[in-house]
Amino acid sequence: MPETTAAPVAGTATPTDPMIALRGLTKAFDGQDRPAVDHLDLDVPRGEIVVLVGPSGCGKTTTLKMINRIIEPTSGEVFIDGQPTSARPAHELRRDLGYVIQQVGLFPHKTIAQNIATVPRLLGWDRDRIRARTAELLERVDLEPELASRYPSELSGGQRQRVGVARALAADPPVLLMDEPYGAVDPLVRGRLQDQLLELQRELGKTIVFVTHDIDEAIKLGDRIAILNVGGVLEQYAPPAEILREPANDFVRSFLGAERALKQLSLQAVGDAELVRGPVVAADESATAARSVAQAEGVDWVGVLDGERLRGWLWTDDLEDGRRVGDHATRDFRVMVDHATSLRGALDAIVTSRNQVAVVVDDDRYRGMLFIEDVARRLTLSGGGRANRRATPAVSEDRA
Amino acid sequence: MTGVLAQARPLLEWDWVGRNGELLWELTRQHLYFTGMAVGIGLAISLALSVVALRWRATLTPILGFGSVLYTIPSLALFALLLPVLGIGDALAITALVTYTILILVRNIVAGIDGVPREVIEAADGMGYRPARRFLEIELPLAMPVVVAGLRIASVTVIGLVTVTALIGRGGLGALILRGFRTLPPFPTMIVVGTLLSVVLAITVDLLLLGVERALTPWARRKTAP
Repeated sequence: MPETTAAPVAGTATPTDPMIALRGLTKAFDGQDRPAVDHLDLDVPRGEIVVLVGPSGCGKTTTLKMINRIIEPTSGEVFIDGQPTSARPAHELRRDLGYVIQQVGLFPHKTIAQNIATVPRLLGWDRDRIRARTAELLERVDLEPELASRYPSELSGGQRQRVGVARALAADPPVLLMDEPYGAVDPLVRGRLQDQLLELQRELGKTIVFVTHDIDEAIKLGDRIAILNVGGVLEQYAPPAEILREPANDFVRSFLGAERALKQLSLQAVGDAELVRGPVVAADESATAARSVAQAEGVDWVGVLDGERLRGWLWTDDLEDGRRVGDHATRDFRVMVDHATSLRGALDAIVTSRNQVAVVVDDDRYRGMLFIEDVARRLTLSGGGRANRRATPAVSEDRA
Repeated sequence: MTGVLAQARPLLEWDWVGRNGELLWELTRQHLYFTGMAVGIGLAISLALSVVALRWRATLTPILGFGSVLYTIPSLALFALLLPVLGIGDALAITALVTYTILILVRNIVAGIDGVPREVIEAADGMGYRPARRFLEIELPLAMPVVVAGLRIASVTVIGLVTVTALIGRGGLGALILRGFRTLPPFPTMIVVGTLLSVVLAITVDLLLLGVERALTPWARRKTAP
């Protein structure tokens, strides 16, 4: 096994022992010549999202299901909060571990409220407490209270998946196990569900083990990613930035794919990137001053600032001598991104709008500009020096 | 024979029907009683057999085989077989009728439970259900439409078969039909009324059970989200 697996959390300041510890965990299915999971050691720190990712047959789902004993290990042990899971009856253990699966598995004959109330009812909570908790959870996962009395078949896929999460959270378990929960929803909904999970996690601080085959999902969600190879071999276990920066071996490198650099962009917010001020002038500057700013930047347009707000832009050819810049008509920038957007998100926005520059704002405040050449340079890591700034905020139609 | 009947007397004499309302009601009630007992006991036995078959899969084929054998024995032969044990009486009639429900009911209960989606079972296990509670709260309710479909077939079958028990001195409406034949000359009104009431009973029970199924499965009719 690679050296990175030996002491996963050593070095980082983990105040307490891990929430979940896998020790020598092995599963050999009858009739298969090699184990699905082979002597896996893994520590899941408290309050973190750990993503198990790998190709099919890597044992990620088997590993997850051994944590709540849906699958019993052939050998090895799982410790939760220091206690071996084998020490208590499986059904009791499971009531303490939230469980979300890809097909959601809502009970079709029970209403949404009854579905969410499943574990509290098994635990024998009283009626009022269950009702209050159900209402609270619906709100937490952004579902309207009216949905409480509906049946699962009346909900959309995304809504059902959110009910699945609410049901898993119902008895406030410290641990959430999620088995490819967003595998069956369309990409747009998936993105929203992922954002919602991160938000929930910030509020609730659960320890989450998340299984996916999608490396982008792993990078987006994971505090740590465990990359598994066929046969349950742990190839690397590290935070996403580290994995992208220093893949442990060729397997990890090839699993990350050719777009490794692009993926790194998704870990950095534009607000933290090196933004340029760009060719911008205050509204009360003269046309002459504006032209010289544009010239210095090597472009044929300028942006117009109203105080801290960027009003828009215009071609230098349209500047009339003797008038202030603010007296000219301006065009709107096509790509405005929030400073918290990832570099990858900003790049996508620039490219899909067939533009070359994004304006970065913090609420209404102008923070700077991101030019496509600058992002491209990060990707290639070559071509030093300042890019030839031919970029404009215009698309071809604007020229006409 | 029908030629003789037709010549002898009209098919339906309404004044006879009018005079014998009480008898008809009594026979219908008896018919229902036999049906209810047979299907009820059959359901209880079938549930038990289904639990065994589901718990130990290897027993499913023998259990269904046993049900099939019972199902294929002609009712007359069955009466003869059971007579020495049970004697003439309700017990003999009901026991014979029960045997015809087992195959239908076990097959439908097992099919219904097998039809519960895999992920629903996994979710139930993952939430911490224990097997017995999972069976009662999750699997059985979800199997309900298929189970009730089996109950409907079993009930209609039994309502038809109850008439045959007239041959051992029971039979509800079957007794009326048999009497119609044995009267000299044959009395078609009894045969026709007995048959019609039996058919009406079958249709009514079938619709009633359909109503029960719909009442028990409100979730199955809600419209599906886009």
